[in-house]
Amino acid sequence: MTLTPELVRCAQEAHDAALAFGLDFPEVVFELVDPDEMNMIAAYGGFPVRYPHWRFGMEYRRLQKSYEYGLGKIYELVINNDPCYAYLMRTNTVMEQKLVMAHVYGHADFFRNNAWFAPTDRKMIDVMANHGTRVRRHVDRQGADRVETFLDACLSLENLIDPLGMYVRRGDGEEPAPELDEERLAAGRVRRFPVAHPYMEPFINPKAELEREQKEIAERLRERRRVPPEPTRDVLAFLLRHAPLADWQADCLDIVREEAYYFAPQAMTKIVNEGWASFVHSRLMTTKLVTGAEIVDYADKHAATLATQPGRINPYRLGFELLRDIEERWNCGRHGRAWEECGDAEERRRWDTGAADGLRKVFEVRRVHNDQTFLDAFLTPDFIDRQRLYIYGRDPRTGETVILDRDPATVKPKLLQQFTNMGQPVIELVDANHRNRGELYLVHRSDGTDLREDFARQTLRALHTLWTRPVHIEVAIEGKAVLWSFDGKDEGTRDLGRAAELVH
Amino acid sequence: MRRIDTDESRFRRIVRGQIRKNLRRYVSQGELLTRQGGRVVSVPMPEIHLPRFTFGDRGGSGVGQGDGQPGEGVGAEPGEEAGEHELEAEVTMEELAQILGEELELPRIQPRGRQNVVTDVRRYRDIRRVGPHSLRHFKRTFRNALRRQIGEGTYDPRHPVILPRAEDERFRSFDVTPVPESSAAILYMMDVSGSMGAEQKEIVRNTAFWLDAWIRSQYRNVSTRYVVHDAAAREVDRHNFFHLKESGGTKISSAYRLVNDIIDHDYPPDQWNVYCFQFSDGDNWSGGDTTECLRLLDEQLLPKSNQFAYGQVKSAYGSGQFKHDLDQRFGGDERLVTSDIQDRNGILDCIRDFLRRGR
Repeated sequence: MTLTPELVRCAQEAHDAALAFGLDFPEVVFELVDPDEMNMIAAYGGFPVRYPHWRFGMEYRRLQKSYEYGLGKIYELVINNDPCYAYLMRTNTVMEQKLVMAHVYGHADFFRNNAWFAPTDRKMIDVMANHGTRVRRHVDRQGADRVETFLDACLSLENLIDPLGMYVRRGDGEEPAPELDEERLAAGRVRRFPVAHPYMEPFINPKAELEREQKEIAERLRERRRVPPEPTRDVLAFLLRHAPLADWQADCLDIVREEAYYFAPQAMTKIVNEGWASFVHSRLMTTKLVTGAEIVDYADKHAATLATQPGRINPYRLGFELLRDIEERWNCGRHGRAWEECGDAEERRRWDTGAADGLRKVFEVRRVHNDQTFLDAFLTPDFIDRQRLYIYGRDPRTGETVILDRDPATVKPKLLQQFTNMGQPVIELVDANHRNRGELYLVHRSDGTDLREDFARQTLRALHTLWTRPVHIEVAIEGKAVLWSFDGKDEGTRDLGRAAELVH
Repeated sequence: MRRIDTDESRFRRIVRGQIRKNLRRYVSQGELLTRQGGRVVSVPMPEIHLPRFTFGDRGGSGVGQGDGQPGEGVGAEPGEEAGEHELEAEVTMEELAQILGEELELPRIQPRGRQNVVTDVRRYRDIRRVGPHSLRHFKRTFRNALRRQIGEGTYDPRHPVILPRAEDERFRSFDVTPVPESSAAILYMMDVSGSMGAEQKEIVRNTAFWLDAWIRSQYRNVSTRYVVHDAAAREVDRHNFFHLKESGGTKISSAYRLVNDIIDHDYPPDQWNVYCFQFSDGDNWSGGDTTECLRLLDEQLLPKSNQFAYGQVKSAYGSGQFKHDLDQRFGGDERLVTSDIQDRNGILDCIRDFLRRGR
């Protein structure tokens, strides 16, 4: 639905204000939608057309329910595309629409300028629609149940991608795979001592010893042409290349993988992205867009957006406050060596070099950082104190969830841990020919947090559907290395008898 | 149809599958009875996930924001992954009956070859020249106008404007079709004498809920009546039927007589498909009364009913003699089924016994 003339005017004002603020964004198209349409679009992640799958229906159901019961409604929805599409809820007040528009321009600017979004496809609406067409065609040919079951398996493996692989070159992706007969090759390489008389042969070059050496060399050769040659996190790509898939299956897997990569930068930048959009809407609203009559309502809505709930991090708030902190620090020159080394509290309090460099710095942050680097670089002990961040955990005596610690030195690593790899476990494919029997061997690079077992078991089954040979994952359970397996019939658990290597 | 509807219906299929898988539990625990609101039952089930490699509970800890000293409670369940959410799936009674039918492999009920009640059904499949504008048939109206204009020579293909007049207008209209409609009457009888405890009544209640659901799904028009008896019988409403606690002796024939009267008075068998469900712990006052019961069944109730079902709930006090007597007298008679309900887990089997003949 097109906008009302009043909203067209608001959108134009927001657009001009955003430009004047120095934002740089693709064209933004606003659509006015009913709550029901909003829930539908949100269930599809903002895209009008996607491939058919029941989980979208489930999500729609959930959103509908929570809207009906008044538990939640979606204010804004914007997708990373060129042009950038954003949806406005018809039931919003004009002030709320202005707020959403300003916020959306913040996101649109972020999508275009943030380095982590650089590799994403800006015609994703079309790509998603094509995915829909492709899957629908497979459904027509193979039947809905078959395709859906297979998609379920693929989606279970959705997070087995290499998000950082988008930004670096990891080899050329192709394994050198010359077909070698290691045994014969090894036989040629076994060293024999020269023998003067043939009868000396068994003594100088004993047969058992030669065989042992040949085996050893063959083993080393085999090692050298492991598949994959290096451990890889992009398990989906590996499966695409090597799993025994029918064409339609490979196509479905390819679709799931492509969409997973498209969404990864959004998961990587929840805090900076929302923080930046909130920073922008706050600036634009208070300096340009909001009228005197609306200011109290605006303040109320803005505060509600940034409200915290016990035991949760509100990405809007954390990002917004941290960006404001950065702006202030760089305005006053409170960074760098002189600042760090200054121990005098009074001097620190009055520290102001008049650098007035804050806004430039904030723009730089929005270009360069993802959540992890953002928090790592700018979360100061001061900030942690002021924002009242804490670590919570279970009280071993009462079982109640309580505040454990407010020490910035422990809060920060904990927070960083939560945002490492988008809160997902890091899993690598180490060997696709485990025990020389074509079995798949994954390893969870654990940081000390264990995997959820029932899910992992079911995921192994999904992996087996694609690979069709036995699959294993090495996990850390309470510091010990354990192997969980599925061979198509039975689930297995084996203690590997060694400590797990933890990554920090 | 919107795309989301397709996805939602796929999701509902999964939900139905889950309900079917857990049907025995739902039936024996009577979980759904209290969750019935109108035509819809909300079924609790664990949330449906796509499994992933994901972290378990991070030791229940994480980073939060807000006031409070170390050691103080956080105040709410923290974190996103905390706690399994329950999914409330809403299904209609028809769907529930269908699931029951699929799971128990129940045949559809064949209404008896009697003269059924005829109702008039209105269907919009006629066209008239007069009618309200809300029912105007757009396409026909314009087609007529076009035809008229071509005839009059006022139609210009380069400037195709069609102006319908009153005479061109056509309206949708209904016609009335008599459709035979089968109606069913369900008559429940329950022994509320001293030997029937709370547990036994709960079992009866559950069984009745599911019997109701199935029979309602098979007929358009269902009427339900409840009779309780100890030494004497009387008709009660649904609530009392399940909650009444009487004591005293048991005279089953009193209930049979009352039910017979109700049938004769309200549900003439040539127009109604009559179902009788009797629940008791199997104790009767005397052998004489049992003889009377058998006579009533033979002469009155069985000829008038599609099916007469007797469910015997095991109780600490009941002798269970009555079922024995019935089986002996009517064994092999299609019109009468008997079933033993040992405990809650026996409910589903009892329902199957009662309904599998499709009468």
